[in-house]
Amino acid sequence: MNQALWALGRGTGVVALVMFTLAMVIGIAARSGRPLPGLGRFGTSDLHRTAALTGTGLIAVHLASLLADPYAQLKLVDLAFPFLATYRPLWLGLGTLAVDTLVVVTVVSLLRQRLGPRTFRVVHWATYALWPVALLHALGSGTDAGSVWFRALAVGCSAAVVAALGWRIAPSYAGRGWSRHPRRTV
Amino acid sequence: MTTRLHIDWTRCDGHGSCAELLPDLLGIDDFGFPVPLSGERDQAVPPRDEDPARHAVRNCPVMALRLHESR
Amino acid sequence: MSTAPPPAGRTRLLLDGTGIDHEAHTQRYGELPHPRLDELLSDVADSGLTGRGGGRFPTATKVRAVAAGSRRPVVVGNAMEGEPLSSKDAVLLARNPHLVLDGLEIVGRALRSRRAILAVSRDLDAGPVLAAARWRKIQVARLEGGFVAGQETALVNQLDGRPAVPRDPFARVTETGVGGRPTLVLNAETLAQLALVVRYGASWFRSCGTTGHTGSSLFTISGAVRRPGVVEAAGGSRIVDVLAPAEPVRAEAVLVGGYHGAWVPASHLDLSLGGADLATYGATVGAGVLHVLDDATCPIAFAAEVTEYLAGESARQCGPCLNGLPHLAANLARLAAGVRDRSLPAEIARMSDLVTGRGACAHPDGSARFVASTLDLFRGHVAAHLDGWCPSAQRRAAS
Repeated sequence: MNQALWALGRGTGVVALVMFTLAMVIGIAARSGRPLPGLGRFGTSDLHRTAALTGTGLIAVHLASLLADPYAQLKLVDLAFPFLATYRPLWLGLGTLAVDTLVVVTVVSLLRQRLGPRTFRVVHWATYALWPVALLHALGSGTDAGSVWFRALAVGCSAAVVAALGWRIAPSYAGRGWSRHPRRTV
Repeated sequence: MTTRLHIDWTRCDGHGSCAELLPDLLGIDDFGFPVPLSGERDQAVPPRDEDPARHAVRNCPVMALRLHESR
Repeated sequence: MSTAPPPAGRTRLLLDGTGIDHEAHTQRYGELPHPRLDELLSDVADSGLTGRGGGRFPTATKVRAVAAGSRRPVVVGNAMEGEPLSSKDAVLLARNPHLVLDGLEIVGRALRSRRAILAVSRDLDAGPVLAAARWRKIQVARLEGGFVAGQETALVNQLDGRPAVPRDPFARVTETGVGGRPTLVLNAETLAQLALVVRYGASWFRSCGTTGHTGSSLFTISGAVRRPGVVEAAGGSRIVDVLAPAEPVRAEAVLVGGYHGAWVPASHLDLSLGGADLATYGATVGAGVLHVLDDATCPIAFAAEVTEYLAGESARQCGPCLNGLPHLAANLARLAAGVRDRSLPAEIARMSDLVTGRGACAHPDGSARFVASTLDLFRGHVAAHLDGWCPSAQRRAAS
């Protein structure tokens, strides 16, 4: 049973990382206003939201299974306060930070109609910190971190996000007339 | 009482999800911004479009849309 | 009711102003009345007073809307006068500041307002009004000017310390305005007229003007006239009669309503300012701006310059305005320069249509109205440009 919980904890963690990577890449690429081919604008933003929420759900399972597994030695307090854990406190602490940030981002996103676009936008920027912290957590505390396939996955995810960012901040981006708030196209 | 879609033009950024979800109600102008096809300021939303309209309101990345009842 | 006799005739505001001398002001107009809200509403409603800031909205209705609010309101006198062709509020504030402040005090008191503010542009010589406001509980706010800065919601924003740009009109300022309070924004001239209505009564006010346009109005006359300036005339007066004292020279057309207005040809200056006939030209009295164009000035070139200015004055918040107005300006410039592109008029008309009703304020609508009116009235002139010549240029060469 414990092994199953441990496996579930690791599995959900890995898939969540992929989901968040997908959400990041779409979020960065879609900022330009261009829809992903074949998806349309609504489809693109829908996919972004679905990936992010799926990742969040997976993290909930990730935490639940690790809390239930005695091997992980995870206590409830570790979910809120970083670097207090018994097992690999530094890397776990990063996970805690990531979870705390994730909770804030998720809550603000769900309440954005009430909180207004400015608050939503500012808090959403925290995802740029959330993603690398989550990745580091996975590399440092994940059991599979040493394995080849996981390293390949980590490299792949990083490459995707870096590529998206590179495309976004490249000087030519502004020249394509896609800068916003509001968009002057003539 | 008619359900109407109100665009907060100070927020609208021309993302265009709304026009995608409501092709019978909104067009897109030269610059990427939505155009109420009825020519009204606040486009009337017939009952069959109320669901996609609610989707559009929720989906607008800059929260520029709202639905309201008016005469 | 005032103890002093009401001023006779049509000229009631300008000539009768006593400047900053409050004693003389009280002697001429009588003591400041303190009507209750119901008395005020009744008088103002009976008088038929409408806003003099451009909208011509029934003043009593506006006051009533603010009175219905749950919090103590804020009253604001709007003397921002962002329209470059208008100077009536500036002249009024110089000659008769006390009457404007009277109006503000009267409504403020009747509404039990929390604050009373007179908003002026920083460009205005505020000396007289500051002196006049000194002992009265009225704050004179000297603000950033600009064409759009006088717009109701933009003014509220600026008074709250935010940028002077309009906000989404969904939330009405009469319900939530300055500091979140219900806010009454009335034009400076409207306030002065209100101060007269309360003193001398609605019947007196109605004794001048027409049924739809009661009382008198201030008009700013500019352009091809020998004596430009501000005049006062009865509501519903004919354009030709209002213009007469200014002595127009070789008038070809008159722009009624300023940069957001519409043209009336010289052949039809017998139209009443406020009659239904004015509407056939797409024009309304607005804030009383009358700009005369002579036959030696190219109307297309004039329109191109004005539209370029209007595009520059966009608050830059709303996509259709931000993008559409420069588009209009560029095409008008091409038409004015004699570019013989036959698709220009249709393209300009399409863009005018496109920007109308798609913004947080009426800036694109007004600009589109002005452009459409130009292309409509001067279609012969437009045709000439497309054929490679300009009637005004020809007249200039001939004279």
